[in-house]
Amino acid sequence: MKKKSLATLWLDGCSGCHMSLIDIDDRIVQLSESFDILYSPLVDVKEFPEHVDVTLLEGAVSTDEDLEMVKKIRRQTGMLISFGDCAVTGNVPAMRNKFELEQVLNRGYIEMSPDNEIIPDQYVPKLLDKAYPVHHIVHVDLFLQGCPPSADLIFDALSEIAAGRTPVLSGRTRFG
Amino acid sequence: MSASVKIKTLTIDDRHVGARENQTILEVARENGIEIPSLCYIDGLSAHGGCRLCLVEVTGIPQLLPACMTVVEERMEVSTQSERLRKLRKNILELYFSERNHVCSVCVSNGNCELQDMAGETGMDHVHFPYLYPDLGVDITHERFAMDDNRCIMCTRCVRVCDEIEGAHTLDIKDRGIETRIITDLDQNWGDSETCTLCGKCVHVCPTGALFEKGKSVGEMSKRRQFLPYLALMREEKR
Repeated sequence: MKKKSLATLWLDGCSGCHMSLIDIDDRIVQLSESFDILYSPLVDVKEFPEHVDVTLLEGAVSTDEDLEMVKKIRRQTGMLISFGDCAVTGNVPAMRNKFELEQVLNRGYIEMSPDNEIIPDQYVPKLLDKAYPVHHIVHVDLFLQGCPPSADLIFDALSEIAAGRTPVLSGRTRFG
Repeated sequence: MSASVKIKTLTIDDRHVGARENQTILEVARENGIEIPSLCYIDGLSAHGGCRLCLVEVTGIPQLLPACMTVVEERMEVSTQSERLRKLRKNILELYFSERNHVCSVCVSNGNCELQDMAGETGMDHVHFPYLYPDLGVDITHERFAMDDNRCIMCTRCVRVCDEIEGAHTLDIKDRGIETRIITDLDQNWGDSETCTLCGKCVHVCPTGALFEKGKSVGEMSKRRQFLPYLALMREEKR
């Protein structure tokens, strides 16, 4: 069977879901028989490939860079998976959403850093008005809930995809 | 059961069941091992009919009926698991999650929450609706308990247990619709309440992390509800 290509990355997330991905331990050898990892913090390729079959996308969409990236990923991905609660619900990054953007920036760069009261306007991505779940920006094909999703769940989902089936996760996953 | 109690027969999901004439569809279903989801209903308190998760279809009636509020009738045909109901329940849960700030991963009740469990069981794995992110507070003025409006789903179990079982009626509801909030006494800080007996029943009937014991961190607040049917029974016998 032809190998599928896989990309994994995080936007506004803590990388915890990727830690959980690594927690599949030696089963990653099994997965490597079905997937070529083309783009991921694990393989350190700089540009997102022209086309990948499956992308595991961790994190919420919070900045102008995230927004561009998520649209690019959608265009260049067959099956886009919201990977973990930040991607699925906004989760912790979205806890800022009840405040105005100006309040958030003031809190971070003025109130919390009295010795260097500067709100950066270059070199760092611009925050969007809110942190968004991925599917509120682009179409998502599968939702892997959890903070983080368990290693077993990740392995089972990827194994099903490798076998050409759509994973049925209902009843096995939950938020949090 | 005395001889004068009338028995009604009906079908729930094509199963023939018998019921006492004053029982609700939800009570009869649960007695017969048929699970109808609910969040505001809790055994031992009056029914409220607010969460809408127990809506069922009854043949011949166009609208959906809340199973917890609908008394059985002879030859009633009840359906609890149609595709229409499954979709509706998912939608209702999505509305709950979008209406306030339910962040399971950092909630005191993570892993011990009826709302979280219900989303898992019904396969509600993402929310279509825009989240509202309301600016809600947490009342931590009470010496032992805290109330977090962010996690409240307005099931009113706390209001009912405070009134019906404890008899204090410290808790009540203010405003309407999406503005509805749980209040203590005359909308004062809980810590200033003169009627609260510190019994903690409200905390333990709360299905989410909206009411919790102070000092509990993420995932540490599990609720103990065994007392409720027992206390309710004792009240019944006293009457």
